[in-house]
Amino acid sequence: MKCGYPKENYIADGAIFPTPTPKYLTCTFVIILFLFPLFCSQYTMYLMTTMFITLIAALGLNILTGFTGLISLGHGAFIGVGAYVSGILTIHLGASFWIALPCAGIAAALLGILFGLPSLRIEGLYLAIATLAAQFIITFAIRQFPDLTGGDTGLTGIPHPSLFGWIIDSHLKYYYLCLILSAGFLVFARNLFRTRIGRSLISVRDRDISAEVMGVNVFKTKLTSFIVSSFFAGVAGSLYGHQVTSIAPEVFGIDLSIYYLSIIIIGGMGTILGTVFGTIFMTMIPEMIRILGDSMGGLIPSISHLLPHVKLFVFGFVIVFFLVYEPEGLFRIWKNIKNYFVLWPFKY
Amino acid sequence: MDFFLQLVINGISLGCIYALLALGFVIIFKASGVVNFAMGEFMAIGAYICVFMLSKYDLNIGVAALITVSFAILMGMAVERVLLRPLMCEPIISVIMVTLGLAAMLRALLIIVFGIEAQVYPQLVPYEPWFEWGDIFVDNTYVVVVILTVLSIISLTYFFKHTRYGNAMRAAANDQVAALSMGMNVGRLFALSWSIMAILAAIGGFMLGSLSGLQIGITQTGLKVFPVVILGGLDSVLGAIVGGIIIGLLETISGIYLNDYFVGGAGEVVPFVFMILILMFRPYGLFGTREIKKV
Repeated sequence: MKCGYPKENYIADGAIFPTPTPKYLTCTFVIILFLFPLFCSQYTMYLMTTMFITLIAALGLNILTGFTGLISLGHGAFIGVGAYVSGILTIHLGASFWIALPCAGIAAALLGILFGLPSLRIEGLYLAIATLAAQFIITFAIRQFPDLTGGDTGLTGIPHPSLFGWIIDSHLKYYYLCLILSAGFLVFARNLFRTRIGRSLISVRDRDISAEVMGVNVFKTKLTSFIVSSFFAGVAGSLYGHQVTSIAPEVFGIDLSIYYLSIIIIGGMGTILGTVFGTIFMTMIPEMIRILGDSMGGLIPSISHLLPHVKLFVFGFVIVFFLVYEPEGLFRIWKNIKNYFVLWPFKY
Repeated sequence: MDFFLQLVINGISLGCIYALLALGFVIIFKASGVVNFAMGEFMAIGAYICVFMLSKYDLNIGVAALITVSFAILMGMAVERVLLRPLMCEPIISVIMVTLGLAAMLRALLIIVFGIEAQVYPQLVPYEPWFEWGDIFVDNTYVVVVILTVLSIISLTYFFKHTRYGNAMRAAANDQVAALSMGMNVGRLFALSWSIMAILAAIGGFMLGSLSGLQIGITQTGLKVFPVVILGGLDSVLGAIVGGIIIGLLETISGIYLNDYFVGGAGEVVPFVFMILILMFRPYGLFGTREIKKV
């Protein structure tokens, strides 16, 4: 029996699937996801679609915060920019969804450059505070053009996307659209870190001075990270806008940014698989509380209007719990389980 | 001109509250390097408890203040011991996130316990203006705010200069390793710094509630502490006071004069725009220590 995975060349070292087992597991998982809508209710489908969209944005934040080490408290605002750009393009200019989607990503990326510029001088805590300011400034700016963005009431009537006259108007069709897009972004993110650019992002996180000495342009790398991350956020925002068809500025507030940070913390910073785990976990928690609340609603009648606040409490508690007891997140737990079974049943 | 003077007076009293909050923030940051994103929640909890004691149980203001302060001390210590101590040497994002998670928990608890309705303040000071000159009114509340702030700063100064624990805290902030080797219990000093922050936040929250009404939205004000401490310098006590008053003035004045050009709440955003500019040109603030990065 072979013990461990001997890697004899660089191609083997950089392979996405080091052994056949994860490859088959992933294939099975993808097939299940494609067949899933056949068995589930409309609500579950909607929930899964939300999860796919969340995954895209969370991947973006993990590229910035987990892989490059730049803490962003303004990710929610970038998602908002994507949603608004896409909404304005399709409503006011009558543009097709397929033009609006990349435009949303590009607009968010341009804004990412603007707010990434301070990273030339500041880092760590100071950058986190600067992105906090970005959060407030962007949501304030969205409110400034009521003719375009609908001001405080928001933008309503964002049309459903259509492809060559085929309108994506049901939960089922949107499920497949988001599944394919999020799978594409997942593969992109996974492959990014097998390239030179991805490795330079990681080197900047680990020690920026050493990276600079070895010929990595630190500032350009940080900006690249901001651009990629905001592009992901913009696309996710656009998808979100077309899913719910009406958006308001307060949705994209500081709470959304904290939500995404908690996803990558709970999943595991700097891991792609961890982002997937974190997204699933954080989407499931409110559902669990809702189900629990519904079943307890008969016993305690006043619990139903407390539910959103209980959700907020559990949300805070989960963040704190993971940081104190499992700082490397669900990815670490997954790795421990995997390591246990690699040698199972012999511990040698 | 009269109107402008009136704004200056309002701005200074708001700035005093910001100064107190920033003081609490700076004391924690100096002692343990922790960035506290839960300032607003500590503020709200102090204010809610004090108002609850006053209006529900009709307690004397002195007794209510005593209960609030002792609760603040206990809560500060508990938070430090349970949440921050295990994360002592973790990366900065963990510390930021743990305070954000704490903020979410405290906010939820506040809503569950006290509800989302605005709390009613009992009348503590007479409503007639304390001072009137032409069109300028100085409310009693503003005077009380300034006096309380000055008193807090004086007692803090006394604490840090003339008491055993205050001196120990200054020593630990100056050189943590040296303090440890002299036999100081640095962990206890961290807990103490959190308690001081909780007291200052409670005072600030109570005063802010009396100026602008007490409801759950007050927790958002806690984030205003960042423009203040960035302007003053993250580790500067003097900077916190000066920065607080500058940001308070800036917010009040710009809030009035810019509202004609912008839709809603320009005063809320101007401090953050100002902060970005400071971060670009003078990241260590007015009085902060300039960090030099060494290889």
